[in-house]
Amino acid sequence: MVDVAERAGTGAQTPPAAKPRRPLPSWVITVASLVVLLGAWEIFGRDVNPVFGSYPSAIAEAGWQLARTGKLWAALSDSLRPFLVGYGLAILIGVPVGLVTGRFRTVEAAIGIYITAGYAMPLVALVPLLVLWLGLGFAVKVAVIFLMSVFPICINTWVGVTAVPKTLIEVGKSFVAPDTVILRRIVLPATLPYIMAGIRLAVGRAVVAMVIAEFFTSISGLGAIIITSANNFDTATMFVPIVILMVMAIGLTYLIGAVERWVAPWQAEIAGRDE
Amino acid sequence: MGEVTLHDISKQFTLRVDGAVHTVQALSRVSFKVHDGEIVSLIGPSGCGKTTALRIAMGLETASGGKVTVDGREVTGCGHDRGMVFQFAELLPWLTALQNVMFGLEMKGMRGTELRATARRYLELVGLADSLNRRPHQLSGGMKQRVGIARALAIDPKVLLMDEPFGALDAQTRETMQAELLELHARTRKTILFVTHDLDEAVLIADRIVVMKHGMVQEIMTVPLKRPRPDLGVVRGMPEFADTRYRVWKALHETIGTLH
Repeated sequence: MVDVAERAGTGAQTPPAAKPRRPLPSWVITVASLVVLLGAWEIFGRDVNPVFGSYPSAIAEAGWQLARTGKLWAALSDSLRPFLVGYGLAILIGVPVGLVTGRFRTVEAAIGIYITAGYAMPLVALVPLLVLWLGLGFAVKVAVIFLMSVFPICINTWVGVTAVPKTLIEVGKSFVAPDTVILRRIVLPATLPYIMAGIRLAVGRAVVAMVIAEFFTSISGLGAIIITSANNFDTATMFVPIVILMVMAIGLTYLIGAVERWVAPWQAEIAGRDE
Repeated sequence: MGEVTLHDISKQFTLRVDGAVHTVQALSRVSFKVHDGEIVSLIGPSGCGKTTALRIAMGLETASGGKVTVDGREVTGCGHDRGMVFQFAELLPWLTALQNVMFGLEMKGMRGTELRATARRYLELVGLADSLNRRPHQLSGGMKQRVGIARALAIDPKVLLMDEPFGALDAQTRETMQAELLELHARTRKTILFVTHDLDEAVLIADRIVVMKHGMVQEIMTVPLKRPRPDLGVVRGMPEFADTRYRVWKALHETIGTLH
């Protein structure tokens, strides 16, 4: 605007060349949003009784203490091992089951209802039963994380398969491709965007499942820090694992996005989205 | 050799509209023959069953009655003796042009260096030597359909089945593609069954034209234009072209006349 006013004032003969304003990069917007949110939390959080709430600098301080004593790293590795195993298994099993369910009518009719029901399963209520079956250790945590994250992956894959254009499958058929080849070389790549969306959705559920598992089985890992510090009214320390888990979920989601662009580069190109 | 015969092909399917079940007779006793090396256009208004007839010939759909034979052998499903060119090319979007052509060849069992070389040769044949590694979204509509044609030709089928392959292209590209198809035909002498709703296209390309209406063959006409045909612009100026075009137009017009 200043630009235009000046030119008008000097009575420039040439029309002002419109300066193309470059749009703000997305990361700048994200960082600005974070600064505003954290700033507000810091300012207003200080007025709250430290038992009822906390604020970023206090949480950072508590986090530093946890990291310094080594408690944080031990807890993190305790939590991440079952997380990675359970989540990995969910991908390894959820994707093929979803593919087959979507592709074959008989399979869909036979097991589709269990997948739909499983997604809505109130897992928290079943944890005590799982403990009876699997004990209090590693296995039960893997099971809880697996059961929470396998269904969104499976359902998304299943839905994705049913959305594959019929004509692409006919291309396979007209070149006499066997069913397995059609599944692997046409249905699977065509479904990849759905599969990746399912894997993304499952991150959040897997993180929640991890904490549930740590609360309800042997109290350990990040969940243990949450419980013990909450019991000691040390709210700032309680927030440390919560923040870490949320940051971890964001990181994983980004990582999955990067993997998606790597395995399905054509998708972003077709959609015309530049990163 | 490559002779396709449709013997008394019928097709009905049921439609459920507002709870009522309708039986639609898509094809009734359709019979015609495409001789070896001949191009036959199948023309008719939308819904006349021309695409259904082609899909039955390909084996993508089954007939309710009658049979299709290729060189005397009855068609029971898809086969490498027939190559399909789809209306919108239907390339696999995650594969390059070369890989798309290779896909068809691999399904025929070709492997190794021969595979890549053959795919490349057919892409060169359709004029895409410079675009081997492009993905479908990096190709224009005409280029996509060239890949589609190369993919079908590469498996060296006896018959090429083309389902309105140029219908989605702009007028200018379409004319180029028609000329290229004729050139390709002159070189390969493939038998071609070509579905179209474009009058000019049918006359320019075909040796014979099968006019369909309401799922039945109304008329089969011979196009009195010799091969090789000169520049298609010249063909358009020929009295034989105008005459045939008029005869087909009349046959189609009667079709519409009986509808209303």
